Amino acid sequence: MRWFLPSPHNWGIGMNNDYILEMEHICKRFPGVIALDDVQLKVRRGTVHALMGENGAGKSTLMKILIGINKMDGGNIIFDGKEVQIQNTHFALKHGISMIFQELSPIPHMTVMENIYVGREQLSANRIFISKKQMAEDTANILKKLEMESINPKEKMVNLSVAKTQMVEICKAISYNSKLIIMDEPTSAISEKECDHLFKIVKQLTREGVSFIFITHKMDEVFKLADDITVFRDGKFICTELASNMNHHMLVEKMVGREITQMFPKEEVDIGDVYISFKNLTKKGLFENVSFDVRRGEIIGLAGLMGAGRTELMETIFGYRKLDSGEIYINNKKVTIKGPKDAIANKMALITEDRKLTGLYLPLSVKDNMIMPSLRRFSRGLLLQHRSIDKICNENRVNFDIKTPSINQIVNNLSGGNQQKVLIARWLMTDPEIIILDEPTRGIDVGSKSEIHKLISNLAKQGKCIIMISSEMPEVIGMSDQIVVMYKGTVKAIINRKNVTQELILENASGLET
Amino acid sequence: MAHSSNQKPIKIESNSFGSQFSKVIDKLGIIVVLIFLLILMSLLTDKFLTPMNLTNVVRQISFIALIAIGVTSIIITTGIDLSSGSVVGLTSVVVASAAHPGQFPLVVTILIGLSVGLVVGLINGFLVAYAKLPPFIATMGTWTTVRGLALLYSNGRPVNDLKDEFTYLGGGRFLGVPVPILVLIAVAILTHLLLTSTRLGRHVFAIGGNEQAAIIGGINVKIVKLAVYVYASTLAALSGLLLTGRIASGQSALGVGYELDAIAAAVIGGTSLTGGIGSIVGTISGALVIGVINNGMDLLNVNMYWQQIAKGMIIVIAVFLDSQKKKAK
Repeated sequence: MRWFLPSPHNWGIGMNNDYILEMEHICKRFPGVIALDDVQLKVRRGTVHALMGENGAGKSTLMKILIGINKMDGGNIIFDGKEVQIQNTHFALKHGISMIFQELSPIPHMTVMENIYVGREQLSANRIFISKKQMAEDTANILKKLEMESINPKEKMVNLSVAKTQMVEICKAISYNSKLIIMDEPTSAISEKECDHLFKIVKQLTREGVSFIFITHKMDEVFKLADDITVFRDGKFICTELASNMNHHMLVEKMVGREITQMFPKEEVDIGDVYISFKNLTKKGLFENVSFDVRRGEIIGLAGLMGAGRTELMETIFGYRKLDSGEIYINNKKVTIKGPKDAIANKMALITEDRKLTGLYLPLSVKDNMIMPSLRRFSRGLLLQHRSIDKICNENRVNFDIKTPSINQIVNNLSGGNQQKVLIARWLMTDPEIIILDEPTRGIDVGSKSEIHKLISNLAKQGKCIIMISSEMPEVIGMSDQIVVMYKGTVKAIINRKNVTQELILENASGLET
Repeated sequence: MAHSSNQKPIKIESNSFGSQFSKVIDKLGIIVVLIFLLILMSLLTDKFLTPMNLTNVVRQISFIALIAIGVTSIIITTGIDLSSGSVVGLTSVVVASAAHPGQFPLVVTILIGLSVGLVVGLINGFLVAYAKLPPFIATMGTWTTVRGLALLYSNGRPVNDLKDEFTYLGGGRFLGVPVPILVLIAVAILTHLLLTSTRLGRHVFAIGGNEQAAIIGGINVKIVKLAVYVYASTLAALSGLLLTGRIASGQSALGVGYELDAIAAAVIGGTSLTGGIGSIVGTISGALVIGVINNGMDLLNVNMYWQQIAKGMIIVIAVFLDSQKKKAK
């Protein structure tokens, strides 16, 4: 393996001009949209470079060009001192560019080492059989370097957590001797502790000369990790700055081109009577004796680390899983929820965490995606009323500011923020009283985020009960009236808005006695 | 720093005639192929574009097309049905043995025939939706079981001596149009409406688009799947019933290989095997494409064997073009 000497970080008059990557005048058109309009990106060797911008700013498109998924229409790329034409991902990998995607796609029923060496399995001396021993050894070495000895190279990928799967992806990048690793939203699905470990490893690798391009929507991470920041907006290059010359406020302003004065537009609303209460909900192995109440107009923030059982709890309340024991009361009446159908009949709505896995009908249109649970309302006799469906969907498109050429567009072609709005529109059309949102702003740009927060706040104002799972501390603290902190399947604390601090949540979430 | 660059990405309005036209082609790709074939065949031979020949083509495909309509609905849910050809065979011998002169009223005979499909469909649907078998395996099981039942029931011998009213269903004409064509048109319109304009139909697409999301959305996935398999097998039985009328004899070997022709028609017509995408217009066009090519080659005296090769190549090319189209997006 080739490691580079640490590069001096003496930015100034004699600026460090040792660029690992220089992309200039990059243009890319898609039918109907100019995705990239003469943009540039220059990454210094051995640094972490944050690429920032709202959804649709062109970050992903540029990265897809860099690793050879998309072809650029114009511009030039100099990588490691040489001008390169990146034809495909194989070329990119061979020359030392790797990407770790936001949505990881391991081969689930193959082992860690097979995943790392897929396509270039190491052969034994006879050149016929795969040398499992060699692969296991090399994998173990890389894992050790990343301080992830807890992963067994022969473990199947299905058995690993998201954070570990991510580490395996990094292992893979290192096994390719990558000089530049692109990470797209690497922290969107991992806990804070795992995140710290990831950052530590990234820092360590930069000292060995590896460079990183880091895409995230979480501001504090940018300032924790990045050396340089490049901002794109609407397919245009805005600026590249040293991270130390910027602050949170400036960055947001550059990204949106306007000032966001209030990130969490939580309004004080009159909180009504208890509307839904959970008593001693238990599902073996997932959660135990969970009890709390939600009042009308109240936003409950559900905090906790990954694996605390929050998503599973909400899925069970919604009837997606079966409850072992415990009771649910709505308006002081005991209800039985045997499946999502009963939950919907009881005016509940669940906006799931994983948009693609459990939310969207990807090959279907925006219209179909919105209308599906409300079809009953739009049928006359047996037949659907297409005209009124089109009308309501178009109204939703305008009201939720969903950016799509038409409601007949396939939902898979929309950006993450717009997909999320489609899902919210879908569930609000069912006229729910209890709205459960699981990580409603995960992987969504700043602008859409604040729109979604405003929406949630408005719903509370209308007297709806909101339960919001969120792993983002500022979001939980900014939006919630009560914060229910879960730890290993139990409710560790219920904290009022007035008394909450970041530390208090974290202590409870990590099971520390207070 | 360019603070002024606050405009949104430029969207090209798609109102011009050209882009509208390309949109239509995009949507109805297979229809364009069909029209091209029609023109080609009528240039190659003057026997092609006659009312009699065209009626023949449509009647020939109507039996497969009926099955294909059902299997399209199944494929949209990401399922498959391999048993439809066997259902044709079993229906044929069962319905023929209930269609002797003076035995039952015609309605009863028809209901007996359709009930064969109903039962097989219930079994398929149960195995897939409730026992959670992969559709390929479940219907492969019924495919051979049902064919065996057909042989057992008839002892492998044809069932003859059918009443005239019954043979009219397959061989007769109403207002000059062969009855199977009229049945096909009725079923096609009905299914098109069912899929596009009823809740059940939209749920079929939802399940194929994302089954997990469909469950969360409160859709009773099991019932919908069961209904789709029952519907498809019943259409296969209908096809077998008409075909038996047409040849005026119950044959246990009737419909061998039809399941694959039906799947081919669906796939050529743009139905996606990964689910969530498909239309009846497409499937009928797919069946017509196969029919026109076979008929054209018959008229041109092309060797029978070439027809098989041609069909295989069309399937591959159709799916290839479809995947290219998706890639371009």
